[in-house]
Amino acid sequence: MSAPPASPSKRILTKGNEAICLGAVAAGCRHYYGYPITPQNDIPEYMAAHLPELGGTFLQAESEVATINFILGTSASGKRVMTSSSGPGISLMQEGLSYMAGSELPAVIVNISRSGPGLGGIAPSQGDYFQAVKGGGHGGYRLIVLAPHSVQEMYTLTMLAFDLADKYRTPAMILGDAIVGQMKEPFVASPYDPASTVEKPWALTGCAGRERRNVKSLHLKDNAIEVHNWKLYEKYERIRKDEARAESYMLDGATIAIVAFGTAARVSKTAIQWARKEGIAAGMLRPITLFPFPGREVFELARKVDVLLVIEMNTGQMVEDVRQCTPLHDRIAFLGKPCAMPTPEEILERIRQLAGRKG
Amino acid sequence: MSAPAKVGFPKAVYTRPESLVDVKSHFCPGCHHGTIHKIVAECIDRYGLREKTIGVACVGCAVFLYDYIDVDVVESPHGRAPAVATGVKRAQPDKFVFTYQGDGDLAAIGTSEIIHAANRGENLTVVFVNNTTYGMTGGQMAPTTMLGQKTSTTPYGRDFRSDGYPIRMAELLAGLEGTAYSARVAVSTPAQIRKAKESVRKAFEMQINGMGLSIVEFLSTCPTNWGMKPLDAQKRVLGEMSEYFPLGVFKERKQADFA
Ligand SMILES: Cc1ncc(C[n+]2csc(CCOP(=O)(O)OP(=O)(O)O)c2C)c(N)n1
Ligand code: SF4
Repeated sequence: MSAPPASPSKRILTKGNEAICLGAVAAGCRHYYGYPITPQNDIPEYMAAHLPELGGTFLQAESEVATINFILGTSASGKRVMTSSSGPGISLMQEGLSYMAGSELPAVIVNISRSGPGLGGIAPSQGDYFQAVKGGGHGGYRLIVLAPHSVQEMYTLTMLAFDLADKYRTPAMILGDAIVGQMKEPFVASPYDPASTVEKPWALTGCAGRERRNVKSLHLKDNAIEVHNWKLYEKYERIRKDEARAESYMLDGATIAIVAFGTAARVSKTAIQWARKEGIAAGMLRPITLFPFPGREVFELARKVDVLLVIEMNTGQMVEDVRQCTPLHDRIAFLGKPCAMPTPEEILERIRQLAGRKG
Repeated sequence: MSAPAKVGFPKAVYTRPESLVDVKSHFCPGCHHGTIHKIVAECIDRYGLREKTIGVACVGCAVFLYDYIDVDVVESPHGRAPAVATGVKRAQPDKFVFTYQGDGDLAAIGTSEIIHAANRGENLTVVFVNNTTYGMTGGQMAPTTMLGQKTSTTPYGRDFRSDGYPIRMAELLAGLEGTAYSARVAVSTPAQIRKAKESVRKAFEMQINGMGLSIVEFLSTCPTNWGMKPLDAQKRVLGEMSEYFPLGVFKERKQADFA
């Protein structure tokens, strides 16, 4: 288990899960709480080994229900704090996430997702898309959701997640899976460059020299809850307007455009390179933020290409958001695998079919 | 006429605690939540903790803790106050952190959180209000509801064959290694109030001295949901309630002797 890098900007070979920890530590996170679940155990193990020497806190909770409430308390204290889990554990955190969204508390939640529903299996999957981007818990709220597709991004998007969470006072989620979590590749541990330094004038630190403060989500007076809901709505609209991120990959002159995120996008890149070698103009739009969804980009792209091929490691979830972004539904095709990574060969085959060619 | 002689007021024997906000109470007449708030505020004053305290409010009649106690307060989901308090204390070990929880909160939905916080010896103080029912939601059965007690969800009286037995949390938590202090008190007579204050002080000192989790269980009334006049409610506490839930100290750590 590698220690935090002494000199940043050095290329290091590490696992995606560990890169998340390096990103978190670089961004100043010194508090981590969690509960074991495959396939993300490298994260609590890394934090248990390294946070104490950095003067931080690692604590294994008795459940994910407790975990998210440790997170709530530490976040209310004004500190950067992170947890990680996988689907079933994230389900148990939904109560706390709803309270944190309602109380406007920032934190980073990592979901190295596995296949569900229920106990499902430990195979990599993107079956938690709905849960992540549609809120999940009660009351109608949003999480900022970032979807890394490389070890490098596991690092950089974790740092970004802390900044966005603080900037908007809301929990942010990293949605990965076993493949980006477990794969090793070299990445550059670039120094942390805060997008903005956010003061936390709301943090509960004891009321020395000031009025007492409350962090709460209950609003009973008159129409206070309605006012609060509109305030949250406006925040989510600002996030939609300012924070959507996507990568355009080989889209120049493309007639077939894949839309995929995370591991599905990673594999698609290989298939696109092969297709281009065969003279098929394939490319990809890769959403990096799933909420906010890069809707404008999808809208524009749908007008330019013959086909949008949505590829997901589930039976079709993000494809619903893609359909929402364009009226040109007859241009949308879908390839899904609920509990496995689609292979580049499978994707190439589908591209060939859509291009009307035989392999 | 000569000026009236200056009449000196007698020295105040009792004043409002500084940490108690001067507002009208929303609690029902005869409810003990208000008295318990006052005891907590007095102990905060006594140890000069007002500016370094973070309270954790629960779900239930006591959720408005932040309207009464003049300290920073975070609200937790139902039952999760010991976990939220853990997150606060781990992030700010120099602060004084307490939770304020009802019996539905602590002994039903939040059983896991309180047991594990106690077992970790989390350096927190828990104020636990046992009124043998769910107050806020309208008087349903709580884990502490007495056998035979009629509630809106035990309309024929609690029967151990279907509903189990009333749970004695102070004793249960005293059995855990990480618990530094566990006591049960009542506030139905002035003498009990004095004793209760003594217990809360002990519980505060445990945290101040880094001894581990301290809990004070209060036997409390809910005249509204018991369908009783305030005075009859006091009698119930003094009678059948304290018979089943004996008052006393069940654990008191003398030194920080975790091993
Ligand atoms: C998850 C969840 N379940 C149920 C409720 C509804 N609820 C609010 S208060 C309460 C009972 C509180 O009873 P208790 O803790 O004994 O406090 P009291 O009102 O008697 O002071 C319940 C069940 C809730 N807020 N959240
Ligand atoms: S409902 Fe019961 S617990 Fe709640 S304020 Fe009234 S008397 Fe007190």
